[in-house]
Amino acid sequence: MALHSAAKGKLLAVIGDEDTCVGFLLGGVGEINKNRNSNFMVVDKNTSVSEIEETFKNFVKRDDIDIILINQNVAELIRHVIDSHTQPIPAVLEIPSKDHPYDASKDSILRRAKGMFNPEDIH
Amino acid sequence: MSGKDKLPVFPSRGSQTLMKSRLKGAQNGHSLLKKKADALQMRFRMILGKIIETKTLMGEVMKEAAFSLAEAKFTTGDFNQVVLQNVTKAQIKIRTKKDNVAGVTLPVFESYQDGSDTYELAGLARGGQQLAKLKKNYQSAIKLLVELASLQTSFVTLDEVIKITNRRVNAIEHVIIPRIERTLAYIISELDELEREEFYRLKKIQDKKRIARAKREAALPKAKDVEVGNMLDEGDEDLLF
Repeated sequence: MALHSAAKGKLLAVIGDEDTCVGFLLGGVGEINKNRNSNFMVVDKNTSVSEIEETFKNFVKRDDIDIILINQNVAELIRHVIDSHTQPIPAVLEIPSKDHPYDASKDSILRRAKGMFNPEDIH
Repeated sequence: MSGKDKLPVFPSRGSQTLMKSRLKGAQNGHSLLKKKADALQMRFRMILGKIIETKTLMGEVMKEAAFSLAEAKFTTGDFNQVVLQNVTKAQIKIRTKKDNVAGVTLPVFESYQDGSDTYELAGLARGGQQLAKLKKNYQSAIKLLVELASLQTSFVTLDEVIKITNRRVNAIEHVIIPRIERTLAYIISELDELEREEFYRLKKIQDKKRIARAKREAALPKAKDVEVGNMLDEGDEDLLF
């Protein structure tokens, strides 16, 4: 487990629809580094799944990113990639998007949690 | 008892003591690991409860944030592209701290403000209040998400460590301790057998010695009989009465 030193502030990355990205960017998470690589990705209906996959993998590889926020409906598209990401850092968080309400039963982490506990504990 | 499920040692007093101390050590380690597993499990359950709580809270916060975005859009007009194009430096960054639970380091994320607001002038013309509210809402959402992220990371890390610890506990309980016990039993049985052999040998030697002595005594008596006569019989007929 590579826990880097906390000397340098790490970034949040966002993968999601336009509104989600805009919201978080206004919140102040956006950054474009020297190589003109952004730490967010806007997914619209023309974005292909392989593109999302690629971006997600790149975010995982970058060591200045500690948390990846991803819309749940987008996460659904690349579920296999997210499930295969088992390292604690970066942490992948699934967030609800504007037009898709949050469904706890789809969340990778909560699904793992449910395997260990009986369902009435969860709610 | 097959040779496979015991340790390859020579059965002697020395190795018996060694095995005994190893058994003690294994039992000690087992109880310590069990305690560690319990401590981790406790922390794990606490984190899990918090995660579920925070996730539900997150749903609400995100809903509110999305709603304020719609509000701001309504007053300001569409500013999506402006925002997306004007990204420069991150204002909110994450610090990692380490928390220690029973020897397991858990990363704890903490968000902090760094630098100035890039979108200071957004909404200058109109809808400034809505935009300010929008920013505030999303910032609080980010704070919550960062908190959730550290919980989730702890969850993943702890899950892994608990699995490893449980595996170790089970290995000690079901493999190592029985093996040492079997080895001890083997050593004891071997030592007992050695003792029996030794006893038998001593008996045999005694036997042989007795036989040898009997033979020697059987050869001697004639000479002895001559020498040792009856003490009372002195050959004197003259008695007082």
